[in-house]
Amino acid sequence: MPTVEAPPKTESSKRQGRAMLAVLLCTFINAASQAFIKLGTASLGLHPTMLETAVGIVTKPLLFAGYALLGVSTVLFVLALRKGDLSLLYPVLTLGYVWVTVLSVVMFHDSMNPFKIAGVAVIISGVAVLGGASNA
Amino acid sequence: MKTPLVSVAWVVLGTVIGSFGAVFLKIGAGHLSRNLKSLLSNWRLALGIGLYLLSSVFYVIGVRNGELSVLYPMVSLGSVWTLLRWHRPSNSGRVFKVVTTWQLVAWSPKSAQI
Repeated sequence: MPTVEAPPKTESSKRQGRAMLAVLLCTFINAASQAFIKLGTASLGLHPTMLETAVGIVTKPLLFAGYALLGVSTVLFVLALRKGDLSLLYPVLTLGYVWVTVLSVVMFHDSMNPFKIAGVAVIISGVAVLGGASNA
Repeated sequence: MKTPLVSVAWVVLGTVIGSFGAVFLKIGAGHLSRNLKSLLSNWRLALGIGLYLLSSVFYVIGVRNGELSVLYPMVSLGSVWTLLRWHRPSNSGRVFKVVTTWQLVAWSPKSAQI
């Protein structure tokens, strides 16, 4: 039986793949950052003022970790953008909404219903349409 | 945990402020040149960063008492407000799509007290 060899991957497609993996990592980091922020809000006290909240973002370890992770994710996304197309990578970033929804249910016992699932699905498809429009 | 309307209001207000931040960052970036003085004296860029930080404060206050699975997707509203500031007829379909999403999540009967 004759074997069919897969066509060799071009350097461009390899770079695109690496960029996609980096953005996928961004989505996990984003989700983790949101979990840290949510956990960190508990350390702000009962009725924090805006100033106390602003200071808390810098001084409360969990809140600071959440925003630091957002920073790391942003840097990683910018690096990924240098290797891949925005129209392909940006829709992947919206997977963060899926992970955050899953984390919310598992960690914070949020309720789940079809409306939330539909909402996240429309966000992802909306961003995919926007990404496609940038190529049109 | 239910999501009180006031938490939704904090997060939505945060997205409005954040979208102004994006606008000022964009305008400020247009005034950048390759020297430190122009960077430090760029008030538009500073205002953009400041508004972004302020929107973070609003988000933290909002997310404190509400469900993350309801409030985090609302952050995508920031794209709508930013888009509206550069509104063109061809953009109306996209705006509709994101607004519809927000309504689906926000009006979810079991999660929000709206």
